[in-house]
Amino acid sequence: MFSTGFTLNDLRFMLEGAWVTLLLTFWAILLGTLVGVICGVLRALLPRATIPLAWLLDVFRSVPLLIQFVLFNSLKSIVGLNWSAFTVGCVVLGVYAAAYCTEIVRSGVLAVPLSLRRASRSLGLSYWQDLRHVVLPIATRVSFPGWLNLVLSVMKDTALVMWIGIVELLRASQTIVTRIQEPLLVLCIAGLIYYLMSWVVSRLGVQLEKRWQQND
Amino acid sequence: MIEIENVHKSFGDLEVVKGVSLTVNKGEVVSIIGGSGSGKSTLLMCINGLEPIQQGSIRVDGTEVHARGTDLNRLRQKIGIVFQQWNAFPHLTVLENVMLAPCKVLGKSKAEAEAMAVRQLESVGLGDKLKVFPGKLSGGQQQRMAIARALAMSPDYMLFDEATSALDPQLVGEVLDTMRMLAEDGMTMVLVTHEIPFAREVSDRVAFFRDGVVHEIGTPDQVIGNPQKPETAAFLKSVI
Repeated sequence: MFSTGFTLNDLRFMLEGAWVTLLLTFWAILLGTLVGVICGVLRALLPRATIPLAWLLDVFRSVPLLIQFVLFNSLKSIVGLNWSAFTVGCVVLGVYAAAYCTEIVRSGVLAVPLSLRRASRSLGLSYWQDLRHVVLPIATRVSFPGWLNLVLSVMKDTALVMWIGIVELLRASQTIVTRIQEPLLVLCIAGLIYYLMSWVVSRLGVQLEKRWQQND
Repeated sequence: MIEIENVHKSFGDLEVVKGVSLTVNKGEVVSIIGGSGSGKSTLLMCINGLEPIQQGSIRVDGTEVHARGTDLNRLRQKIGIVFQQWNAFPHLTVLENVMLAPCKVLGKSKAEAEAMAVRQLESVGLGDKLKVFPGKLSGGQQQRMAIARALAMSPDYMLFDEATSALDPQLVGEVLDTMRMLAEDGMTMVLVTHEIPFAREVSDRVAFFRDGVVHEIGTPDQVIGNPQKPETAAFLKSVI
């Protein structure tokens, strides 16, 4: 017969880890989106003036996230920042997400046809009114699927924060594996929890996209 | 009155408009015909300041369009323009498309702007499409919406940049009907068009553009009916 050392308490431990994963994702995406929207719009509208910004963001997109976590965590100790590991996790993930989000937003803004902007300017709308009422709403719709992708990928990238000592879903699972020595079962459960969290997020996204698509 | 004086316009090294002078009086309908690349559409974009010019001047009601201190946003309020690609805002309903500029630019209240927009949309035959998104409309309907959108700003001038060129043949008539209605109402209009019979019917004057200059200009009966220049005759023969 099938028997296991996995207890309800273990499940609770994993769900607590999952909650940390969700919190990390939320704060990282919030920070990443805010910074990313500003940087993305600037990159699209002032491509030359913001070239240095592009270089900087390229660093965050190109260096593996794990290295960024470890480096930033050490840097934090060196300069004497009194941040919790959780804050470090949010900030590093947030900056990483911002770097990707910038490109997503930039391509969204550039996807708005110039002729549409001419049409709105020809009606007397100012540069800012055009941006606010025509360019950004359309760019949002174009960027959204890419942004949703980013949310899902950040949710899984949060697993890397265990290297700086945060107990999130994957770390919690590993702890249990060490104790009960049933990696297949525990990792399947962890995978299922990740899947369910992603599923909810992507369902919400699909709903929103459907509403927009009714207009086309 | 639109006064265009010796206007030159280049894109990089390519000079497209090479010294055009043309005056459009209040209440007049002027059609600009000519082959592609003759600078017709470019000139329209210059009239409301969407494109800068390199030489010459354009004055609308005495305001120098390309002067430094000119408030272009204000000037554009009285110059409506309708493009070849109708450029509907895809994220707004037909009604919202028309209300946007009156609300945001003229600062009208929602109710006021809506009443005005509904009136304009009804006059172009789209009174039953208010809550529809432009993506659900035919090209002809979208173009009529674009006309209503421009008219909602109560412009003194209307510019049409090949307004029917991108439409399926069976949809051209409905847009021309709308334009004809405007002309009969006494709107001052500049039409860049390939619809020669229509230009002949509604215009007070017709200008034939060739190589970035006004090659021949006069009443429709003169220019279209009895062209004096061989190039004009050849062009007309090629399009009719």
